[in-house]
Amino acid sequence: MDIVETQSSGRDAALLPRPFQTWFAEKGWQPRAHQLELLSRATAGENMLLIAPTGAGKTLAGFLPSLTDLTRRGKIPPGSAFTGIHTLYVSPLKALTVDIERNLMKPVTEMGLSVTVENRTGDTPQAKRQRQRLNPPDILLTTPEQVALLLANKEAERFFKDLKYVVLDELHSLVTSKRGHLLSLDLARIRRHAPHVRTIGLSATVADPMDLQRWLVPQSQRETGRPAPPAGLVHVTGGAAPDIAIMKTDDRIPWSGHVSTYAMPEVYEEIKRHKTTLIFVNTRFQAELLFQTLWTINEDNLPIALHHGSLDAGQRRKVEAAMAANRLRAIVATSTLDMGIDWGDVDLVVHVGAPKGASRLAQRIGRSNHRMDEPSKAILVPANRFEVMECQAALDANYLGAQDTPPVGEGALDVLAQHVLGMACAEPFDPVELYDEIVSASPYANLSWEMFERIVDFVATGGYALRSYERYAKIRKTKEGRWRVSNPQVAQQYRLNLGTIVEATELNVRLVRRNANGSLGRGGPGRGGLSLGKVEEYFLEQLVQGDTFLFAGKVLRFEGIRENECLVSNAFSLDPKIPAYAGGKFPLTTYLAAQVRSMLADPDRWSVLPDQVRDWLNIQRDRSIVPKQDELLIETFPRGKRFFLIAYCFEGRLAHQTLGMLLTRRLDRIGAHPLGFVATDYSLAIWGLSDMGAMIGSGRLSLSDLFDEDMLGDDLEAWLNESYMLKRTFRNCAVISGLIERRHPGKEKTGRQVTVSTDLIYDVLRTHEPDHVLLEATRRDAASGLLDIGRLGDMLKRIRGHITHRDLDRVSPLAIPIMLEIGKEPVPGEAQDAVLQEAAEELIAEALG
Amino acid sequence: MRGSRKDEGGSLEYWEETKLMHRLGLAARSTMMTGAATGAEEIVVNGTVAVCDPMGGLYLPESGLLVVSDLHLEKGAAFARRGMMLPPYDTIATLNILSAVITRYDPKIVVSLGDNFHDRKGSEHLPQELRSLIGAMARGRDWIWINGNHDPDGTVDLPGACTDELFYGGLVFRHEPSLISGPRGSKGEIAGHLHPAATVRRREKSVRRPCFASDGSRLLMPAFGVLAGGLDLRHQAMRGLFDHETLVAHLLGRDRIYSVRYANLIG
Repeated sequence: MDIVETQSSGRDAALLPRPFQTWFAEKGWQPRAHQLELLSRATAGENMLLIAPTGAGKTLAGFLPSLTDLTRRGKIPPGSAFTGIHTLYVSPLKALTVDIERNLMKPVTEMGLSVTVENRTGDTPQAKRQRQRLNPPDILLTTPEQVALLLANKEAERFFKDLKYVVLDELHSLVTSKRGHLLSLDLARIRRHAPHVRTIGLSATVADPMDLQRWLVPQSQRETGRPAPPAGLVHVTGGAAPDIAIMKTDDRIPWSGHVSTYAMPEVYEEIKRHKTTLIFVNTRFQAELLFQTLWTINEDNLPIALHHGSLDAGQRRKVEAAMAANRLRAIVATSTLDMGIDWGDVDLVVHVGAPKGASRLAQRIGRSNHRMDEPSKAILVPANRFEVMECQAALDANYLGAQDTPPVGEGALDVLAQHVLGMACAEPFDPVELYDEIVSASPYANLSWEMFERIVDFVATGGYALRSYERYAKIRKTKEGRWRVSNPQVAQQYRLNLGTIVEATELNVRLVRRNANGSLGRGGPGRGGLSLGKVEEYFLEQLVQGDTFLFAGKVLRFEGIRENECLVSNAFSLDPKIPAYAGGKFPLTTYLAAQVRSMLADPDRWSVLPDQVRDWLNIQRDRSIVPKQDELLIETFPRGKRFFLIAYCFEGRLAHQTLGMLLTRRLDRIGAHPLGFVATDYSLAIWGLSDMGAMIGSGRLSLSDLFDEDMLGDDLEAWLNESYMLKRTFRNCAVISGLIERRHPGKEKTGRQVTVSTDLIYDVLRTHEPDHVLLEATRRDAASGLLDIGRLGDMLKRIRGHITHRDLDRVSPLAIPIMLEIGKEPVPGEAQDAVLQEAAEELIAEALG
Repeated sequence: MRGSRKDEGGSLEYWEETKLMHRLGLAARSTMMTGAATGAEEIVVNGTVAVCDPMGGLYLPESGLLVVSDLHLEKGAAFARRGMMLPPYDTIATLNILSAVITRYDPKIVVSLGDNFHDRKGSEHLPQELRSLIGAMARGRDWIWINGNHDPDGTVDLPGACTDELFYGGLVFRHEPSLISGPRGSKGEIAGHLHPAATVRRREKSVRRPCFASDGSRLLMPAFGVLAGGLDLRHQAMRGLFDHETLVAHLLGRDRIYSVRYANLIG
């Protein structure tokens, strides 16, 4: 049901035990209608989903059923039999569990309830965890990883048997990730220990609440084998509409690129006008650059700080503390600040670059004015002309309350492997029983028995056709047909490797001094310099000594890599050589893409756009055409000695990249001699030596054949088999599935550690066992993630019969942004021996010269 | 994917070589590569002529001796013993390349320069069919297993002799490079252990490959095993081993050796 008002009429106040009524009265508050609705239905035995905007009292609503039930139960008399936890609260963030504990303890203490509340995270001391197992609190606040650990324990049943409620916070963000998959499996196990447990999901607005309502209940019940009815829904709408504007600038809006440096003077003026401004960007690189730009114009020396995931944790904590104490005027941040933590008195959110998704925008804007009845204030700063349209579309979407969160998706196989091992650690399992339990979790509802068996086999001996590891099996079948762990070390290994978040290999960045003669600071390199944070290894691998880049707000000179540290010195320059830093870049969501297409197709809507952008579109209309909503516009034109083909698909960078890879293969076969391509969120450009426009005109090249859906068959398969990109996906699968051990920072041996690279394992597997279950898991991950194949398939269906071709004599206005991207992309890894050849020739020239 | 750097892969250790795909390609193609020694590079180490083969072996024509190093056989099994079920196909892949090199040069003596097996249990638990493969390769020639740090106890039930060092034809063969200079030390030494690899970069593109490294006095062998990985020649573990003025890295290309002077490498 939808609830719009925020105060209850008092009709259901009787649901509340006396101390609660008194407490609300003393505060001069009324319980809100959605809080009582949730309370009455959950108490009656329903699983529930609460969707509410920030500041609506969601947390209290989620805990009211537990608190009232515990109040009625009263204190457990000393000497009673062991009582397990009553309520389990799961949040995606450690910090959030600490926050919630504080917020929950307040009413508990004020009402004088005898309810114990504790949190348990990776930071909880061993002694306290031990004590929690022996003497559990009533309410345990924790993370998905800790739940998995508790369940993989022999005492799990005892610990969970009395559980009445599981409260799942930020459910919308949890369910779409592998952590959500793991949590769904854990929930299935919890239901076995506590068959009558009820789930309460707390979520921000989502596109399809029914996905979450189903997620919260078993998909096959023990008795009937049929799905339980979906969780009940309480949907709170309303709250003050946010006040969002697009930044107006006198400067020229750039044609391409992703950094909105042009608008920083205007942003700076806004910072001066507000108490605290939160500046959100999409990538770390943007964060670094904008932070630096702001400081070059910070004439008033306003306290402006930087916050992103690569910074040293200590530095981040300092910034957060300063923020909470309202000591900062502005903070430039990436998605590390996205979720549910209170951020002092933020009165303005500036979003730099297009938000790429309407839901993400709503979430970020929610960071300002954390009170439901006051409007949030936000300004969007588009980085280029296409982004102006995207911002406008996102803005419309936010007003419409539209949502575009990704779907829940199929459960990942590597997560399943991890879970199976965990379940063997808990107690020997019967495979049929465990399979039934697993398919009751909604992401795994379609898991086949065959795939389950392959996963069990993988966990036991690696699942290879060559069965040479039987004697080293991690789990073994007992005479009774149950699978048990072979030895205690296996369980130990499981505990160390648990979790679904795999950090990219990162190196510590350390600042050292460079002496006048070019040598590094005294006492040997790497000693005593300031640690600035961490950078992904792949980024550093492409640097050579002397390259300059932006990090931690400084322009740094790369000096080299020593042990596990990257040494840098101050570059004393304002102009870094800025390499592409693609990490953390979101693709445009399907929903927003559709909005941009529709805006483009409707010249009446252009009136809201800035003059520069409108003029640009008008010239496009004169020179070529502006595509209709469901039309795919293809332009061809010559430039220099090359011929270009531009496809305006608007499906996001990932899908375009996949499309580009497949189209160039096809064009090559047809004899169009493609040389390369580049993809942006909006379009795809392919260039080659043959006049593709003329080929289309003469019928030698058929666009409908070129864009036929059958490219997702053999062409895709052939490409995947030689792609380097899958290796990164494979590495994650290898770690999560337990094939290789997780790295534990700080615990690496010094010197040459006995280890193996996942790239090599991947190559060996592909050569010798291409159907291995882990390769299957990798392909599935890539199809839904990096490749965006589902989306590409949808597009190919949509544009069938709607392709319009314009053969032009020169570059079109709409093509300018992508033409400017050409040349920025790194060259692919082929033609390697040619590079070697050149290097060798230099030596020969040197020798002969 | 255009735009995805091939260097983004996931080495577990930053210095572990991750880009040795071509060795597996090699294993697949090795049966076709047994003909004439195309693409090999002839060099001189301490007065002895040596042929660096792109498959990773060093052949000394005067004595008919073939050197390979760091085979790391049964690395997959060594990990499986510790609970990490790596693919069990690395040994056969490495042996296939070895067989191709042996067929190409038909050496009188084969010296495997240590870390022949990835752990102490490797040779003892070697499956019978792989054992026979080594037996077939060793037939009609002498075979010497130099002991390495991974397999200091020597091999079990395999043809050939085990030893820590071998002096032969004015050269000394040992697993770990000696820290002493001069004769019986670094002079004329052929060693392994460090898995040298080198990176060259031209016009924004960088390529990293295993390599032979020699300054004319001593030579370091590339690791031969398909799962062996590599260590950059500029890493501090290599410090002091070579005269950088005369040091040349002979990189293993697809079909030939590429020789690049140390000063032209990047780290």
